[in-house]
Amino acid sequence: MDSPEPARSDDRPEPPTRRAAEEPYLRVRDLRVHFDTTDGVVRAVDGVSFGVDRGRTLGIVGESGSGKSVTSLAVLGLHDPRRGSVTGEISLGGRQLVGLPEEEVRRLRGRDVAMIFQDPLSALHPYYTVGRQIAEAYRVHHPRAGRREARNRAVDMLGRVGIPQPARRFDQYPHEFSGGMRQRAMIAMALVNDPALLIADEPTTALDVTVQAQILDLLADLQAEFHSAIILITHDLGVVAQVADEVLVMYGGRAVEHGSVEQVLRRPQHPYTWGLLSSVPSLHGDAEADLVPIPGNPPSLINLPSGCAFHPRCRYAGRNGDRSRTEVPALLPAGEPGHLVACHLPAGERDHLYRSDVAQVGVAR
Amino acid sequence: MTRFLVRRLLSAALTLFAVSVLSFLMFFALPRDPVTGMCPKNCNPERLERVRQELGLNDPLIAQYAGYMKGIVTGRDLGSAQGGRCDAPCLGWSYVSNEAVTDSIARVLPVTLSIVIPAAILWLLLGVGLGMVSALRRGTWLDRAAIGFSLTGASLQLYFVGAVLLIVFVYNLRLLPVPSYTSLLDDPLRWASGLVLAWVALAFLFSAIYARLSRAQMLETLSEDFVRTARAKGLAKPAVYGRHALRAAITPVVTIAGLDVGGALGGTVITETTFGLNGMGRLAVDAVRSGDLPTIMATVLIAAIFVVLANMVVDLLYAAIDPRVRLR
Repeated sequence: MDSPEPARSDDRPEPPTRRAAEEPYLRVRDLRVHFDTTDGVVRAVDGVSFGVDRGRTLGIVGESGSGKSVTSLAVLGLHDPRRGSVTGEISLGGRQLVGLPEEEVRRLRGRDVAMIFQDPLSALHPYYTVGRQIAEAYRVHHPRAGRREARNRAVDMLGRVGIPQPARRFDQYPHEFSGGMRQRAMIAMALVNDPALLIADEPTTALDVTVQAQILDLLADLQAEFHSAIILITHDLGVVAQVADEVLVMYGGRAVEHGSVEQVLRRPQHPYTWGLLSSVPSLHGDAEADLVPIPGNPPSLINLPSGCAFHPRCRYAGRNGDRSRTEVPALLPAGEPGHLVACHLPAGERDHLYRSDVAQVGVAR
Repeated sequence: MTRFLVRRLLSAALTLFAVSVLSFLMFFALPRDPVTGMCPKNCNPERLERVRQELGLNDPLIAQYAGYMKGIVTGRDLGSAQGGRCDAPCLGWSYVSNEAVTDSIARVLPVTLSIVIPAAILWLLLGVGLGMVSALRRGTWLDRAAIGFSLTGASLQLYFVGAVLLIVFVYNLRLLPVPSYTSLLDDPLRWASGLVLAWVALAFLFSAIYARLSRAQMLETLSEDFVRTARAKGLAKPAVYGRHALRAAITPVVTIAGLDVGGALGGTVITETTFGLNGMGRLAVDAVRSGDLPTIMATVLIAAIFVVLANMVVDLLYAAIDPRVRLR
């Protein structure tokens, strides 16, 4: 706003010149995160690709264990290399992160990529004041900034995320904040270094419904102001509809559908997406017959079902012989440009099934 | 914060009151007549009766207790057979050693303090240090070595470790003098060289527990969300571990340390005996053996004071470490 931006003392690279391919700010290609455990290899993320540009929001949707949080931690380089292996490509502003030395990744963390965690109460340190934690995040990346400057910056950020009396709140502890205020403080901490990419992992799950909307509005406002790219991880399709530009639906560590919000929520192509939509209540439907849960449980990442990982829970898996059980479906164009789906059902049949079986139920209406 | 302090002080005072009453009642609960123990030879009924009078044992119980407490606070007159005027803090007269109990305590207390306080510093540094290293290097040979060390420490008896230390450093290598107590104020070097083996033996024994405890605490803290947040901010490892993880992991260690140090200040009989040092522990054991009730009572009371004090310090440290405690 009108407060002068403090001089940056860091060595952030010049914004990369746009290449012919129009590389987005974050480009993830064929990301795989595998953990070796005593029970076998956990394929938490198994070949996921996506991109996000500055000023845009990508929603990553899926059940617990679908690999959405692991993906985001990989982008932050937070996996312990002794316990898991990260392969593929993560390029941030043209810089390849996979394989970069820990010290260089550390310098990017919190400065170029910042993260907002699900539960702000446990994600903030209970023994330090909120302000001190924000100032600390600033000073790591501005080593020449004094205590005073960091404090001013933190107070300024607290004010910008809508915390009243920020100078007084600076000296309070997380337990003295309400849930919504804590999440605002968390956002202030994430944005204190003006990151180009913000990852929000279920930022509203731990909050009251009334506060949820405020936090989402705040994120949208701040995005407009800071022009950052946002990855929003959630299982809540309502949240996605509200703030995302694009959606990536994950299942069992793989992407099953990817497209604009309009495409994925209005003309969903994957039976799993249909299931997610049918299990969200709608204000307009019949309250009694409204919800259709997806049968079964999320798959084990050690013994992922063969073929399409969703086939044991899919009503339509038998429609094309054994294919769904034996062959992993590739993520292929689903008709409209930019809309991708990984499903063996022929496009015409998908349209027909969606119209006859799904479009009447839940929020899909 | 003021309310917190006031409440802690009140509860400490209450605990001490309860302990003083209990140890006082011990006089009457014990199967032996307190007086026979205090009159070792030539006991005739008249002499016994005189001693009873002097001790005030014929007075009502409450009056006796009040007299004892008054002696501690203001001093009192004990009568000619018990050395006459007894200045505050007066803890009574020992017929066994024929001196004021306060004097015998004053002689042994510095010994115990000199053993326990440096040993505690040593075992805390060693234990927490080992625990941190093995938590941060979990699964490596360093971790296994630290655990092995702490297991060894926990499974060996102090008198064995003490004996080995004495044989090696005093009798074989002759690097150190035979353990003895010299006042720190008189000669710091002799003070340290006379006590260092006792410190090491105690520290070896105790650091085992602290290493295990702080390793487990640190591992648990490292999986906390706020540690992940600290890393996500881009903090370097020393800041993540030192500033964020250690402070949260240390709280239970402080609790146990308070109990251990408080308890040890009441006397470390085995250490004192192993190294031939005359501290609170030996005084208490000797008093029990000879039925020296005023001395027993004094040692019990002083040990209780140390435990209560140590716990108060723990509470204050808690409040300093964790801001949420200050609310309670």
